[in-house]
Amino acid sequence: MRLPLMALLANGPAHGYELKQALERLFGAAYPQPNIGQIYVTLGRLEKTGLIRGEDVTQSDRPNKRTYELTDAGREAVAAWFDELSHEPRVRDEFFMKLALAPQTRMADQVSLINKQRRHYLNLMRAMSRLAAEEDQGNLISQLLIEGAILHLQADLDWLERCQEELE
Amino acid sequence: MTQGDRTPDRESHVLRVEGLAKTYRADASEVAAVRGVDLNVRHGEFVALTGPSGAGKSTLLHLIGGLERPDRGRIWLDGRRVDGLSEARWAMIRRRSMGIVFQYFNLVSTLTVADNIELPGLLAGRAPREVRAAREELLAELRLEGKADNTPGDLSGGEQQRVALARALVNQPTLLLADEPTGSLDSKATREVMRLLTRCHRRGQTILLVTHDARVASSADRVISVFDGEIADDVTPDGSECGPSSAADIVRLRG
Repeated sequence: MRLPLMALLANGPAHGYELKQALERLFGAAYPQPNIGQIYVTLGRLEKTGLIRGEDVTQSDRPNKRTYELTDAGREAVAAWFDELSHEPRVRDEFFMKLALAPQTRMADQVSLINKQRRHYLNLMRAMSRLAAEEDQGNLISQLLIEGAILHLQADLDWLERCQEELE
Repeated sequence: MTQGDRTPDRESHVLRVEGLAKTYRADASEVAAVRGVDLNVRHGEFVALTGPSGAGKSTLLHLIGGLERPDRGRIWLDGRRVDGLSEARWAMIRRRSMGIVFQYFNLVSTLTVADNIELPGLLAGRAPREVRAAREELLAELRLEGKADNTPGDLSGGEQQRVALARALVNQPTLLLADEPTGSLDSKATREVMRLLTRCHRRGQTILLVTHDARVASSADRVISVFDGEIADDVTPDGSECGPSSAADIVRLRG
């Protein structure tokens, strides 16, 4: 959550609630609604480390609100974030460990493991397609996020198929 | 349902397959493409057969469509035994109760789109006026009204497949067979064809689809995995999220 919040602040100062709304607008329903408490906690931590600077704005009819802006150090951190390579998708996941270890334990059958995992992925694929259909078609970012998730699942399903071919 | 005179349990299966087997022999080698498959498909089901290439899923579909003959096994279509029928009888069944869509469309290149769609209707001996009306309705539904007088060569792959789908549906088949219908289409045309298949299914069309594409398979309400000529798994994914992660978890970004 740290860097996305800081990246939003690169556009100009904002307070916590505005940041929550900006995240919701950008990612739509595909992205779980950010918790306002979590946003305030993160902003507090970022302020302590000097990456953002907070300032109280007095409001006549309401409690003061705190507006945040990116510091130079914060801007550098965002630039470094864009610059660094993002993590590759995980391939040696827990399922792979189960599959590799199943035969010697004699406690699970590899093909049964694959079938079970395939059912799970197919279910997710269906839920994902539903999510894509329900989500605002105009929210391109959200649609792309779901599309990415579907393509990953598709690759996982292809890989399961390959495992089954080789192991059966 | 107004089928009081039918035995519901048996009759509710559009398709029943028992012990189906097919081996290809060439010179000295033998390949068992389908090795003892049992399969039931109920009215209104949308079933995907999926698996790696060479798993036997297309052969299975061809056996079910009577395009190839099994070495062993029995097939019932709408409660009627069909595996022993002659070529001519099979051709009649395909015309009247089955629609088939292939990967490469198989349209008649010298006929217009309209004529391609009407042909199976006319061959089945239906009244030309009735067939024309069915064709017009299908073209409108598949959003191809403007293409009626074109020949297939003028159309994109996705449009040709939609025409092939219209042709397969013109006689309101009991069973629609689709063999890799999106196999030669780009992702946009794939989505369009799948959307149309889903719509047919919602209207009650029974569909048996062969695909190697997991995403295409997941739009069916039942997914059968075929490996090495046998059914390895038969799942009805309902999109309910009972596993360790939900769809929302998967798209959760890590900050």
